[in-house]
Amino acid sequence: MTAASQDGTPVRTRADAPVTAQPRPRRSRRFAGSLWPAAASLVVFVLAWQLIVFVSGFPPYILPGPLAVAEAFVRAWTDGTMWPHVAATLLEVLLGFALGASIALGVGIALARSPLAERLLSPYLVAAQATPVLALAPLIALWFGTGLLSKLVITTLIVFFPVAVATMVGIRSVDPRLLEMARSFRAGNWQIVSRVEVPAAAPAILGGMRVGVTLAVIGAIVGEWAGADRGLGVLINIARGSLFDIPLMFAALLQLAIIGVTLYLVMLFIERRIVGER
Amino acid sequence: MEPARDPATATPFAHVPGAGAGVRLAGITLAFRGARTTRVLDGIDLEVRPREVIALIGPNGCGKSTLLRVLAGLIPSDAGTVTIDGNPVSGPDPRVGLVFQEPRLLAWRSAEDNVRFPMELAGWPKGRQAARADDLLGLVGLREYARSRPGTLSGGTRQRVSIARALALEPSLLLLDEPFSALDALTRERFNLELLRLWERTGTTIVLVTHSIPEAVFLADRVVVLSPRPARVLADIRVPLARPRRLSDLDSASVSSLAADVRAHLVDTTDDAIAMEEARTAIPAGLAPRDRPRRFAATDPGTPAWFDPFAPEDPE
Repeated sequence: MTAASQDGTPVRTRADAPVTAQPRPRRSRRFAGSLWPAAASLVVFVLAWQLIVFVSGFPPYILPGPLAVAEAFVRAWTDGTMWPHVAATLLEVLLGFALGASIALGVGIALARSPLAERLLSPYLVAAQATPVLALAPLIALWFGTGLLSKLVITTLIVFFPVAVATMVGIRSVDPRLLEMARSFRAGNWQIVSRVEVPAAAPAILGGMRVGVTLAVIGAIVGEWAGADRGLGVLINIARGSLFDIPLMFAALLQLAIIGVTLYLVMLFIERRIVGER
Repeated sequence: MEPARDPATATPFAHVPGAGAGVRLAGITLAFRGARTTRVLDGIDLEVRPREVIALIGPNGCGKSTLLRVLAGLIPSDAGTVTIDGNPVSGPDPRVGLVFQEPRLLAWRSAEDNVRFPMELAGWPKGRQAARADDLLGLVGLREYARSRPGTLSGGTRQRVSIARALALEPSLLLLDEPFSALDALTRERFNLELLRLWERTGTTIVLVTHSIPEAVFLADRVVVLSPRPARVLADIRVPLARPRRLSDLDSASVSSLAADVRAHLVDTTDDAIAMEEARTAIPAGLAPRDRPRRFAATDPGTPAWFDPFAPEDPE
């Protein structure tokens, strides 16, 4: 379960010849190499967007062109509209993710180690996951108010499941021979968890967190729609409703996409740092 | 008798010969209970003197590795006792170092950090860990690879790291479970020699499980032959070869005759021989006396003991 090989880069090559340091491309060059196609596709995307606007003749309040959106984006940042909303959403996402991922890590470890715990808890976990968060949001807003707390609850809830399942599966698939080795050196339960199981399952756990961090953004926006006074979800509603500034709405969407992609890349980077060297 | 060595008081640089432990197995019996109960060990008695090297040999699946785990305190036996230097073993024991068939290294740690793993678990201070790890890596000739990850090391090198790790807490008893079976023949011979050199310098008692008769004879003071499951001690053969031993000893007549002796005890215990015996009893009596399993009774001391499946049958 080497998550780092999901993108196709060969992560480990084993030499059976006596021990030479593996020559491999430098990280920075590999990264730059993988950046080119992404940049090219971005250019194509923007051009196609402009083309559609140009050909179809949609009015700007249906589909604004890339230039109008870029202008609204810059304006929102320079006149101070954007920042408070970005700050609120980022806070909800980061705190909610940290909370959800930590709880999920603990619960995942417990589920992996105790089949009884799994049998007792898994129906509720699956039910919580199968019920759309969108449907739960009004209830959560009713219980926890329209402040930060209700967003944290929703974000935690949505992050929890993928991370807990990835942790459980990752730890279950740790080579039992490693556990026997650790026990032969008199490792205690906690030492086995912290020094063998969690590090060995790190690729799976981090893979689950990579999924979780993008879901955290969804959780924050859903929470804001259920009731809030600031946040990018609120900005989208304001731009569509009272302001009727559709380019601003697109700028808020763009900002959301940037946050999501950035968080994903940060997680990927952390994953590479921790797992990539194996 | 040596007192039990407490890793907290032992000096980190002690490779004093003579630190080996005496081991006594008395009436070790074990069965695995499941859908059907499998008897694995059947009243095994064995006495190992300090600094002795014992090779356990037996057919596939006879319980050699299980016996080693009972010795290491990883599996409790149903009956019987294991004592090291007079103290009974209950649970994994700090006086025992275990080397597995596979290196079982932690892939995310460097060679040095793998060697430090048992010391971390035991809560040694960092400085002492570093000194001891450096010492051990020097002992197995891997100082320059201290920072390499297992993924970049060859199979033999990884096994050396795992031997260094087993020696980390200065065990007085080193147990090895077919440690070199994944290596090619030449590397394996070299590792056998290295193990003996290591044994001379660390002075532990060694109990080793192996499938290879030459390896058993070359390394051991005594070769203990186990029966098929449930395992009993079939023979306990002394190896009167002088030490230090050399690879050229492997070609000597006395090694060949000892190997033949071990083989004679083993020949009825291999899967083939058992299958043959079963087939023979299934055939109506008097039909095919030629198919009776043969012993190498005719092997003279000094002749190479290679099994030759194409040799003509003995005249009855």
